[in-house]
Amino acid sequence: MLVFDRPKALCDVPLHYCPGCTHGIVHRLVAETIDELGIEGKTVGIAPVGCSVMAYDYFNCDMIEASHGRAPAVATGVKRSDPDNLIVFTYQGDGDLASIGTAETVHAAARNENITIIFINNAIYGMTGGQMAPTSLPGQVTQTSPYGRDPKLCGYPVKVCEMLSELEGPEYLERVTVNSVKNVRNAKRAIKKAFQNQIDGKGFSLVEVISSCPTNWGMTPQEALKWIDDKMIPYYPLGVYKDRSAGIFAHSQEASK
Amino acid sequence: MADKVLMKGNEAIAEAAIQAGCRHYFGYPITPQTEIAAYMAKRMPKIGGTFLQAESEIAAINMVYGVSAAGKRVMTSSSSPGISLKSEGLSYLAGADLPALVVNCQRGGPGLGGIQPSQSDYFQATRGGGHGDYHMIVLAPSSVQEMAQLTIKGFELADEYRMTSMILADGTIGQMMEPVSFDFEIKEQIEKPWATTGTKMARKHNIVNSLYLNPEQLEVTNIERYKRYDIIKEKEAIAEEYLVDDADIIVAAFGIAARVSKNAVNQARAEGIKVGLIRPITLWPFPEKAFRKAAEHAKQIICVELSMGQMIEDVRLSTECKVPVSLCYRVGGMIPTPDQVYQAIVEAAKKGEK
Repeated sequence: MLVFDRPKALCDVPLHYCPGCTHGIVHRLVAETIDELGIEGKTVGIAPVGCSVMAYDYFNCDMIEASHGRAPAVATGVKRSDPDNLIVFTYQGDGDLASIGTAETVHAAARNENITIIFINNAIYGMTGGQMAPTSLPGQVTQTSPYGRDPKLCGYPVKVCEMLSELEGPEYLERVTVNSVKNVRNAKRAIKKAFQNQIDGKGFSLVEVISSCPTNWGMTPQEALKWIDDKMIPYYPLGVYKDRSAGIFAHSQEASK
Repeated sequence: MADKVLMKGNEAIAEAAIQAGCRHYFGYPITPQTEIAAYMAKRMPKIGGTFLQAESEIAAINMVYGVSAAGKRVMTSSSSPGISLKSEGLSYLAGADLPALVVNCQRGGPGLGGIQPSQSDYFQATRGGGHGDYHMIVLAPSSVQEMAQLTIKGFELADEYRMTSMILADGTIGQMMEPVSFDFEIKEQIEKPWATTGTKMARKHNIVNSLYLNPEQLEVTNIERYKRYDIIKEKEAIAEEYLVDDADIIVAAFGIAARVSKNAVNQARAEGIKVGLIRPITLWPFPEKAFRKAAEHAKQIICVELSMGQMIEDVRLSTECKVPVSLCYRVGGMIPTPDQVYQAIVEAAKKGEK
């Protein structure tokens, strides 16, 4: 008999996320993965600064709250404190990972640090009330780009998977989304792979999850999921950007092989 | 290992850290402390430890945060501009009650400043440096031997009180070579049941965190932390007192300034001037009692510093301004000569006769 139940790695507490926010789905996928791999007792999670700052109250494994953007450095420390026994993951948003924490992200990837990163890209700063993110789309209206993001003034969005795929370091980079049942199942597969890679000692694995923020996008949850299809995915194409073990590389590395 | 070895102050810190059981070091090159990183880079791989050159000072202190959260002894080192970068992390370490050892081998500032010795990060070290109400234990060695000894003490105090210990050294002591003995008694490391080492499905999950959105809770947490600080102030303040008992004039100096000052005190004593030296070894907690006691008989205090006058404020506070305190200083990487300090003592003695 199949029973739809709460994953054991997820604490039995109400989450604080807004209605329609996809953080809840991704939390669940991470927790299911931890359950299925039987690693809760050896997993340490690193929460970011941003909407998921209180993820430390939601996952049942040991948790650390990092300062803004520094989660990959903290994870590096934790992993290296006991590399044979601990499984370490960070859970970070786009402001945290792709703006203030860019250096920590890039260098953890360059070192092929054996950690797992779950990267939530919803193209906006949620917790502070909807400001422009490094991943906000050209033309996107936010509190700090009230006339729409103008690339002439503030440049272009950072495409994290594409950027990191040019590095020799990382093992696995994939972009997924969670706006449909099919996509949620695919995201689960990617997240599980990112944890399995760490268990197998393969190294830096990052899954970028294109997510929705109905509250700060000013949409209903349904409209927000559709906006992912209409606007986000054309700019941030889904797929595997690097998988060393499967022989999938970025162009420049393909050429140099 | 009772034999003495000749080494640089920075190397003595690194070797002492290893002997104290530290197996994780994260750093970033900056003069004049890079010998610590170089020593660790050589030694750590040979003893199953971790040396990692981080991408920045900020990353290094956050790697320290990670290892400390996981319950292991860990350190980083830097010099003044690098410590400014680490200050965010120092505040988070304090907020999460994590132990760590951080070395600041000071150079002249502000800004990029210079690469010669300085003591101008006294305020930054003793007042916190990062944001929020917090302190670090600040230890001020004045010899290569003390670089080693205070490193071990720093780790032990950090673990005991769950906070950062900072070795506030300077370019001179970091770079100079002296014989040093590593014949230390090292205490067994204490248990850290709060550490995030994985639940092993045997306990509730541990959380290392500095976020308290409930103001009442954050207030209580701060007050509790300050109760711990009060215990440290009561128990851990140390100073070397030299010829203080009958002194009319007290020279107050730490680190390399104290080495210079001791020569001047000896010279003045030979001239019959009743002068003594108080050398704070802990800068936080500041050895207030030593100064309060001295102020009962001393008529003047001269504070000798490689700064525009920073410790002088703590000297005035701890003596409640009962005794006039003057400043004898050099800055920018310059060091006062024994003669400059001697002249300041003679000057003070003349004033006292009037």
